[in-house]
Amino acid sequence: MLFIAIIAVAALVLVVASFVVLRRSDDTLTVDRIEPSDVVTVDDVAPKVQPVEEREEPRPTFADRLGTARQALGGLLGGVFSGRIEPATWDALEEALIRADVGVTTSLDVIETVRSQASDRDVTDSADLRELVKTELVKRLEGFDRSLHSGSADGPAVWLFVGVNGVGKTTTIGKLARRQRDQGQSVLLAAGDTFRAAAAEQLTMWAERSDVPIVRGGEGADPSSVVFDAVESANARKVDLVLADTAGRLQNKTNLMEELSKVRRVAEKGAGSVTETLLVLDATTGQNGLSQAKVFAEAVDVTGVVLTKLDGSAKGGIVVAIHCELGVPVKLVGLGEGINDLVEFDPTAFVDALMG
Amino acid sequence: MFENLTDRFDGIFGRLRGRGRLNEDDVDEALREIRLALLEADVNLDVVKNLVGRIRERAVGADLSKALNPAQQVVKIVLEELTASLGGQAMSLTYASKPPTVVLMAGLQGAGKTTNSAKLASWFKRQGRSPLLVGADLQRPAAVEQLRTLGSQISVPVFSEPSDPVEVARRSIEEASRTGRDVVIVDTAGRLAIDDELMAEVGRISGAVNPHYTFLVIDAMTGQDAVNTAAAFNETLELDGVILTKLDGDARGGAALSVKEVVGKPIAFASIGEKLDEFETFHPDRLASRILGMGDVETLIEKAEQVFEKEQAEQAASRLLDGTFTLEDFLEQMQQVKKMGPLGNLVGMMPGIPKEARGMEIDERRLARVEGMIRSMTPTERAQPELIDSSRRQRIAAGSGMQPSDVKSLLDQFGQMRKMMKQFAGFGTKKQSPKNRRGNNPKRGKKGGNRTGGGRTTPKGPAEVPKTPLSLPGLDADGLSDFGLR
Repeated sequence: MLFIAIIAVAALVLVVASFVVLRRSDDTLTVDRIEPSDVVTVDDVAPKVQPVEEREEPRPTFADRLGTARQALGGLLGGVFSGRIEPATWDALEEALIRADVGVTTSLDVIETVRSQASDRDVTDSADLRELVKTELVKRLEGFDRSLHSGSADGPAVWLFVGVNGVGKTTTIGKLARRQRDQGQSVLLAAGDTFRAAAAEQLTMWAERSDVPIVRGGEGADPSSVVFDAVESANARKVDLVLADTAGRLQNKTNLMEELSKVRRVAEKGAGSVTETLLVLDATTGQNGLSQAKVFAEAVDVTGVVLTKLDGSAKGGIVVAIHCELGVPVKLVGLGEGINDLVEFDPTAFVDALMG
Repeated sequence: MFENLTDRFDGIFGRLRGRGRLNEDDVDEALREIRLALLEADVNLDVVKNLVGRIRERAVGADLSKALNPAQQVVKIVLEELTASLGGQAMSLTYASKPPTVVLMAGLQGAGKTTNSAKLASWFKRQGRSPLLVGADLQRPAAVEQLRTLGSQISVPVFSEPSDPVEVARRSIEEASRTGRDVVIVDTAGRLAIDDELMAEVGRISGAVNPHYTFLVIDAMTGQDAVNTAAAFNETLELDGVILTKLDGDARGGAALSVKEVVGKPIAFASIGEKLDEFETFHPDRLASRILGMGDVETLIEKAEQVFEKEQAEQAASRLLDGTFTLEDFLEQMQQVKKMGPLGNLVGMMPGIPKEARGMEIDERRLARVEGMIRSMTPTERAQPELIDSSRRQRIAAGSGMQPSDVKSLLDQFGQMRKMMKQFAGFGTKKQSPKNRRGNNPKRGKKGGNRTGGGRTTPKGPAEVPKTPLSLPGLDADGLSDFGLR
C-alpha cells in the first residue's frame, strides 16, 4: 500500500520541480485578452421596480452598534482587571487576547511591550494595566489612511471587492452602493461573480434597493470582461464609481488567484482606474485571516479590509496582526444586515469591544 | 511554522535517547509546542487546555517504547488524543421508517448552508434517495434563486414560497409526501447566535418540521468563537452533527475539534471543493494530522489506490529506485497522478513538504507543457534522455512550442530526480537480494525491445520488482507513526 504512495510522491517531486523551472518562461506566455462576455445587459433600474421596504434609521456609529453585542457577551476580562497585578493576570490577559483571535504571536508581542511599560511606570494596579493594553492596541491600529479614494475626475474610479467564499462581498457592495450614492456619487455595480449560482441576482436586488444601475454577464462568463464592460458603461454614462464584485475564492487556489489578478489588470484597461481593492474578511475568521490577507495582497495589491459580521460574538482580533504585519488597515466594518449597517472603522471602539 | 511537529520534538527529545522514561520537564517543553500548534490551528483555548492536560497525563512517565523515539511517541499520543476527541468513527445516517427523513441546516451567515444543502441533496441522491430541497432562507436576497439554480444542476426539486420561513418549512413536508420525496433538506437563513429573535425563529422552524437530523454548518476557517456559536445553536436546536465547509482551503480546521469537544456532536460531513460532488463523510483521523500540520497521507494513499494498478506501480517504483526510470515511465505516472485530482491538493497532503510548496496550487497547464515536451520526443529519446543533443533539443522544442532551454531544464530536473531517487534507495533500504527479484514483465519486455538504434536496449527491459515491500527512510516502521498510521 505504501509504495503506491511513494511512486506518487516521486512523480510529484519531479513534476513540482519542473514547474518551478518553467514558471519563469511561463510569465511571458500569459497574454491578456478581453473576451466578450456571453451576454451583457445593462439594467437601468427604474424606481418603479418594487422598492424594497427599508427601515430608514439613522446611520449608527461603530460604538453604538458594538454596544449591544458587548452587553450580550459580558466582560471576558471582568475578573482579570481588578486588584493588584499578579503573575496570573498576565496569563489571563494572554488568554483574553487569544480568545479574541488576536493570535499567539501578536498577543505575546503586545503583552511583552505592556509588561515593560508597566514595570517602567510602576503600574501595580490591574485596572491601570487594562488602560495600558488598550492604549498599546490602539497605537498599533492607528496611523493608517482609512479613507476610501475615488481618484481623479478622468474616468470612473473602480473599487474591487475580493475575499474567500461567504465573507459578505456582495452584501457589502449592496450596502456601500447606498452609502456612496447618499454621499452624492453616481454608482454602478459590476456583477463580477459569475461563478456562484444566483450571485448576480443577489447583487441585482441590492442594486434595486439602492436604485443604481448594474452590469452583469451570463453565468460562467469571464469576470474580467464583465468588469471591463461595466467600467466602459460607467464611463459612457459619466458615472463616478464602479463597485465590482468578484467570486469568492480560497486563497490557496492559485488559478483562481491568477484570475483575480487579471480582473484587476483588465479593470484598468479602459477609462477607469482601480482606486481601492478591498479585502472582505469575516470577523469570525481565525488565524487563517492573516494568510488570506497575505495572499490576496500579493495577488491584487489590497488597499484596505472590510471587516464584516462584527455584530456577532466574534471579535475579529486577527485584524490586529493584519495591521501590524501587512500594514493593511481596516477601512469599513459590517455591523448588521440592514443597508445602513456599514460604518467606518474606529480603532478605539474596536479595542474597547475586543477587550470586553 | 509547525509543518512538522515531529521535527521540533526531535530537538526537544534528542537528549532523551537511551533513557527509559519521559519525565515532566521534557514533556512540558513539548506541550508548549503542542499548545502553540493547536492555537495556531484555531482550536478553542479551553479545548486546548483540556487536551494538553490529557496528553500530559498520558505522556509523563510513559515507558519509552523500543520501536519509537520519544518524539514520535509523543506525537503518537497527541494524534491519538486528537482523533479520539474528533470522534473515532465516521457518522452513519439512518432513514426514518416513515418518510420523509427531514434534515435541517443551520448556521452563521456565509458558512455555506445553501451550497451544502445542495451538496447534501446530491449525496443523498447518490445513496439512492430522492431528496427535496427547501428554500426557507427568505432573508438573503436571491438565496432561494441560488438554491433553485443548484437544484437544477443536480436535478433535485426545490420547494419555496414567498411567505414566512416557518410556513415554508411546514408546507414542504406536505409537498414531500405529496410528491413522494423521501428526504427533505431545509436550508435556513444565516443568523448570529446572539440574535435572540432569529434564534427563536429557527427554533420554530425546527418545531414545525421536527427534523431527524439537524446539522450546524461551520466554516473551517472559524476562529475561537466557533464554540460560542455551536453551543448557542445546540441549545436552541439540539444538533445531531456538524458539516465542516471550505476544508479545501489552507485553514487547519481547529474549529471542528472545538465544536466536537464542546457540543459533543460528531462532524458528519466535510465539504472539500467548489463542485457539488466535492462533499464526503468526515474522517476524524485525517483532520487530526492536518490540525497538527502533518499532511494527510491516508487520503493520498486512498486516492492512489483508486487510480494506480498495483503491478504497474510496483514496477515503476522499483525502476525509480534503481535509477532506471525513463521519461516514458514518467509520462505514464504523470497520467495516473493527474487522475488523482489537482496536483496542488496532492502536494498538500504529503507530509514533510515545506510550507511554501504546501499551499501552492499547481497550474495544470504547466503539467501539460511538460507532457507536451515529452510527447515530442521519440521513444528512444524518452528511454535515453542522454541522447538528446542540441539539435534534438531544437526539434523537441519546436514540436512542443517551447524553448530549447525549457527542454534542457526538464531533462536536468529529470536527471536530478533520478539521481536523488537512487540515492534515496541506496541509503534507505537493505539491498534486495537477487532471489527476491521477480522476472521481467513480458509485455514491457516486448515494448521496450529493439527500438534503439544505438545498440543498447532501453532501460525499460527487465523490471526488477522486489517481493518484499519497499521501505524508505522516514517511511519505515518507526516513521509510520509520524503519520498516524500506526
